[in-house]
Amino acid sequence: MNSNAFNKFRSVFAHVLLVILSFMCLFFFYILFINATRSHADLQKGFSALPGKYFLTNFMNVANDGTFPMIRGILNSLIVSGCSAAICTYFSSLTAYGLYAYDFKLKKAAFTFIMAILVMPTQVTAMGFLRLITKMGMYDSLLPLIIPAIASPSVFYFMYSYLQSSLPLSLVEAARIDGSGEFMTFNRIVIPIMKPAIAVQAIFTFVGSWNNYFVPALVIQSKDKMTVPILIATLRGADFMSFDSAKIYMMIFVAIVPIIIVYLFLSKYIIAGITLGGVKE
Amino acid sequence: MKRKSIDYSKWGYFFILPFFISFFVFSLIPLADTIRYSFYEYYRSGIKEIGPNFVGMENYVSLLKSDMLKYAGNTFILWIIGFIPQIVIALLLAEWFVDARLKIHGKQFFKVVIYLPNLIMASAFAMLFFTMFSTNGPINSILMNMGLLSKPIDFMGTVFGTRSLVGLMNFLMWFGNTTIMLMAAIMGISPDIFEASELDGCNSFQRFFRITLPLIRPILAYTLITSIIGGLQMFDVPQILTNGQGNPDRTSMTLIMFLNSHLKSKNYGMAGSLSVYLFIVSGILCFIVYRMTNGKDDKGGR
Repeated sequence: MNSNAFNKFRSVFAHVLLVILSFMCLFFFYILFINATRSHADLQKGFSALPGKYFLTNFMNVANDGTFPMIRGILNSLIVSGCSAAICTYFSSLTAYGLYAYDFKLKKAAFTFIMAILVMPTQVTAMGFLRLITKMGMYDSLLPLIIPAIASPSVFYFMYSYLQSSLPLSLVEAARIDGSGEFMTFNRIVIPIMKPAIAVQAIFTFVGSWNNYFVPALVIQSKDKMTVPILIATLRGADFMSFDSAKIYMMIFVAIVPIIIVYLFLSKYIIAGITLGGVKE
Repeated sequence: MKRKSIDYSKWGYFFILPFFISFFVFSLIPLADTIRYSFYEYYRSGIKEIGPNFVGMENYVSLLKSDMLKYAGNTFILWIIGFIPQIVIALLLAEWFVDARLKIHGKQFFKVVIYLPNLIMASAFAMLFFTMFSTNGPINSILMNMGLLSKPIDFMGTVFGTRSLVGLMNFLMWFGNTTIMLMAAIMGISPDIFEASELDGCNSFQRFFRITLPLIRPILAYTLITSIIGGLQMFDVPQILTNGQGNPDRTSMTLIMFLNSHLKSKNYGMAGSLSVYLFIVSGILCFIVYRMTNGKDDKGGR
C-alpha cells in the first residue's frame, strides 16, 4: 500500500518535471513565432502573448533585403546540405560494404584506422584545410563544404553495423552466380537493402550540414555564396540599434523552421535512429 | 577438384578507395600542414606577410604564456555548467520513461519535444537567446510586466549571466539526446534482473543506484567522453552570443573561438600550434572512445 502511494507521488513529480522541461523547450520557439508576426513598433512596446498581423510583411522584408540575402542563403544551404547528405550516405555505404563483404590484406588495418578517427574533431585540421583549398582554387566556393563528406567515419560505422545485422553474404554469392558484376550488386541489391539506414543517416547528415557554422564561415567570403548560419552571424555583427527587430526574429524563424517541419514529420524515425549508431554493449 | 575461387579482394580496395582518398586529401594533408606551420613564425601584420621562418617550439611556449590556459578553463566551465544538469535530468527521465509502474502519459510527445532543440541550428538558437535576453528583449519585458523586476537585468553584461546562458543553451540542446541514449541503454538490461530485484523487495531508489547505474556505466562513460569532445569543440553558441568577443572581459572565450580568431587574422603559426595542442587532447579522448567501442574484442582476448 505504502509503495503504491510512493509510486503515485513519483508519477506526479515526473509529469510535473516533464511539463516544465517541455515548456522550456517550446517557450523560446513560441516567443520567436509571436515576435516574428509583430511589427518593429509593436515590439518596442513590450511583449504580448498573442500573435500580430505582420507575419507576411516581415517575411517580405526579409526576402527583399539585399544586405542579408536570406532566400539565396537558404538555397545555398539546401544545395550544400542536400549534396553532402547524398554523397556522404552513398560513399559511407560503399566503404562499409567494401569492408564487410570482401576479404583483403589491409581490411583489418583500414577498419581499425576508421574506428580510431571516429570522433576526431574537424577543427584541429581547419587551418591546413583552409590553406589547401586556397591552393586548389576552391576558396570561397561551396565545393569544399560538400566533397569532404565522402569520408565520414561515424556514418560509416552506422552503415557497417547495419550491414552486419541485415545483409547475409549468401545474397551476394547468389547475385554473383546470376552473373551480376560487383559494382552492380552494390547498386542494385545492397543499396535497396540499406534504404532504412541511408534514410536515417541522410537526415542526420543533412541537419548537421545545415547547422554547420565553423568551416563555412572560414571558407565563404562573398555574400551570394553565404549559407544560413553565416548570415545569422553577420546579422549578429551588424549595428543593432538601427535594426528592425521584427526582421531579426523573422530571419531566425526562417533559419530554423524548415528543420522543425521536417522533424515533426519524421520524428518517429529520427528518434529511433539516434540510438542505432551508438555503442553496443 | 574444385576450381580455385576468383579473387575478389581488388573490389574491396576499389570500394573503400574514395573514402581514403577523400580522408587523405581533406584531413591528413591539412593535418600535416598544420603541424608543420606550428613550428614557424608566420603571420600577417597589416598587408605585410611575415615568415614563414622556422622558430622551433616558440609558438608552443608563447601560447602557454598567453591566455590559452584561461580559455581552456572557460571552455571547461561552460561545458560543466551545461553537462551536470544534462546528465542528471537525462538519467532521471530515462529511468522514468522505462519504468512501467510509473505510467507516463504522452511518452512519445515528450520524447519528440525534448529532442527538438538538438536539431536547431546552434547559431540561430544563440542569436534568438541574444535578442530575447537583451535589456529590452521579451524576457526582461515579461519579468517586468509580472512585477518581478523594477529595472531590466543586463544578462550579457555579467560573467555569471553570460556563462549561465551558454550553459542553459547547451543543456537544452543536449539533454534530450542523452535521455534517449540512456533510455536505450536501460532497456538493454535484461528484464529478469529487474523482476528478481522486485521479488527481493527492492525499492526504486535501490533499483536505480544498485542495478541500473552500475549496469549502464559503459554507456555513461561513453556519454561523458563524447560530451567532453563536444565541449572541447564548443564554438557556435558563445561565438554568436558574444559576437566573437567572449565578453565580458573574455570570460566566455572558448578554445575554438581563440583558434577562429587566429585563423581570421591569418596568424598561421599560432593557429597551427594551438591546433596541435587540441589535436593531442582530442587524440587521447579518441583513443578512450576507441577502446570503449571495441571493448568486446578485448574481453574476448582476455
